[in-house]
Amino acid sequence: MSFNTHKLLQKKKKNILELWMKNQLADEGLREDLISNEELRSQSEELINALVGNLSSENFTDLQSEEWSPVIEILGGIAITRARQGFSPRETGNFVFSLKEALLDVLQQEITDDAMTLFKESLKINRLMDNLSVVTFETFIKGREEVILRQTDEITEISTPVIRVWDGILALPIIGTLDSARTQIVMENLLQEIVETGSSIAILDISGVPAVDSLVAQHLIKTVSATRLMGAECIISGIRPEIAQTVVHLGIDLSNIITKATLASALAYAFKVMRLEVRKAAVVGKF
Amino acid sequence: MMMIKMQPTMTVSLSKDTVQIVKEQDVVFLKNRVKEVAVRIKMGLVNQTRLITAASELVRNMMRYGNGGVCVIEVVSSGRVNGVRLTFIDKGPGIPDIAAAMRDGFSTGKSLGLGLPGTKRLVNEFDIKSKVGEGTTVTILKWANG
Repeated sequence: MSFNTHKLLQKKKKNILELWMKNQLADEGLREDLISNEELRSQSEELINALVGNLSSENFTDLQSEEWSPVIEILGGIAITRARQGFSPRETGNFVFSLKEALLDVLQQEITDDAMTLFKESLKINRLMDNLSVVTFETFIKGREEVILRQTDEITEISTPVIRVWDGILALPIIGTLDSARTQIVMENLLQEIVETGSSIAILDISGVPAVDSLVAQHLIKTVSATRLMGAECIISGIRPEIAQTVVHLGIDLSNIITKATLASALAYAFKVMRLEVRKAAVVGKF
Repeated sequence: MMMIKMQPTMTVSLSKDTVQIVKEQDVVFLKNRVKEVAVRIKMGLVNQTRLITAASELVRNMMRYGNGGVCVIEVVSSGRVNGVRLTFIDKGPGIPDIAAAMRDGFSTGKSLGLGLPGTKRLVNEFDIKSKVGEGTTVTILKWANG
């Protein structure tokens, strides 16, 4: 005996939607702050229309078939928007799981006399909805990854500012690990700024670099050499005691580079080189 | 197979954790994990920095010459004091002449050539095993107060 589940579901579309909405609104994880009830309703309706409309007895369990692509597209769109809006995976998952419950409930109401058919058809719906859940999660995670990638790009962009601390003195605070790609950006920015400002002294501050290994040291040495070729002097500041010890143990020779413990002492040195003096102003009159 | 060996101390492993090293971002992740473990066993700041720098050298070698691999982070105890043991395992081309690789200033790439010998100076125990065509395993150990 065959039972046309897809036809039943098509007939009962309204019921399913109502049931689903009831499930969703009753759920504790409902995020009224992120999505309005009307919007949720139109999303749900769109998905159900596509789902039920494309259902046929042949494609019931075969998610690869052509007819499913609009459903997957809608579901994917919803999942990606939710990832960007900041829904949790549980909340996004419940969106699909509550639909499954609604479908099964309707099926249960309709098939009352034949336990075997009910079981078989429930199993089919189960399988279908599980597949759709997997799709939802895949897209959800992809959406999250996009957010992370965008943030990574932003971080690299903001992480290498060149600051003009004084007329003729540039400072470049380096934060995080110096890899080849970042050294390239640092060097380019620094050399460009030296040309533009006509600066004669550049201070590389490595207070924010957690560890100096031989590769980082090599990158620093290269940057200093390039700066010197441009006719400017380069001072490395922000060398912490533990970094100093590590560099010595590693056997890296930084002796022909001017290094200072703090940015302040590097600046003081730069003033001395440029024969500038910083003095307390004489007291004029009474306060 | 060539070996350069220090006399290893008898130790008991207290915890074990494996990190896969495949891409550039894994380097920072590994360094953070090593730091976490070092802080947990109350390693001093200088020793922490030495250990992290050593790890950084080895993981870079692994990325550059060994096409990535795995790093095993262990907390070990000699009974009296705790330490961190890191084992870097790659299935790369291997090192034909370990004695040369351990010499200051030797590099087949264009680096300073201080990675392996420098790492050895940064840690308490250092062991390297390599077989051409099969891969390289480097083990280092740093005591919390050593």
